[in-house]
Amino acid sequence: MSTRLIYFAWVRERIGKPQEDVELPAGIETVADLLRWLKSRGEEYEHALQYPDVIRVAINQEHVEHREKISGAREIALFPPMTGG
Amino acid sequence: MPGAVVPTVRIQAEDFDVAAETARMTQGRADIGAVVTFSGLCRDEAGRLAALELEHYPGMAEAEIGRIAAEAVRRWPLQGLTAIHRHGRIAPGENIVLVVAASTHRQAAFEAANFLMDFLKSRAPFWKKEHHTDGSEGGWVDAKEADDEAASRWKQAVPKRN
Repeated sequence: MSTRLIYFAWVRERIGKPQEDVELPAGIETVADLLRWLKSRGEEYEHALQYPDVIRVAINQEHVEHREKISGAREIALFPPMTGG
Repeated sequence: MPGAVVPTVRIQAEDFDVAAETARMTQGRADIGAVVTFSGLCRDEAGRLAALELEHYPGMAEAEIGRIAAEAVRRWPLQGLTAIHRHGRIAPGENIVLVVAASTHRQAAFEAANFLMDFLKSRAPFWKKEHHTDGSEGGWVDAKEADDEAASRWKQAVPKRN
């Protein structure tokens, strides 16, 4: 099952695309696992996810912590801390 | 217990009219005693800023502000609650965000509007990028720790429901 990854703001700019569909390899169970795996996919990902602790994540359009399990996620969004309002 | 208030949440590129949004909430009613409106505007940073560009996460922006508004309705005895957030390019002097909260008495309206803004700033998926008057791209605005602290103070506060 493929998972849609969506990127916003400087995460989007550094990775160089607004979204992509990926096949997650076995063993990627949590958000933290996903960030670690993504970071290894090339220098643009390394640049975007250099400091994983600051990256905010939403699964199916709801905020989650990095320890959250990602099984069943259709849509996972990665973005910097929000600056609306 | 009054009937459940259904908050109005809109995410839009176009401007909003504060007076019209207030009138929409109060017209034809005689039970509302207090309306608090908060408008957030784009400032020019002493002439340095040409515009803000607001990126958002369509779908989640509505959903998240809806969740925050639902929590406000659960916490305070409100008679109406509206939140409007703009996206796209916004020039100094223009509106960015509007919150309108109505209640029987002022305290609930003030607190609910304040609560909504605090959470909107730290949890609604919007990101501001600056464009400078000298033509340069100013980069993404950094999130402020003070905004996270403002949101966290509501964890302790237990509002009175009367």
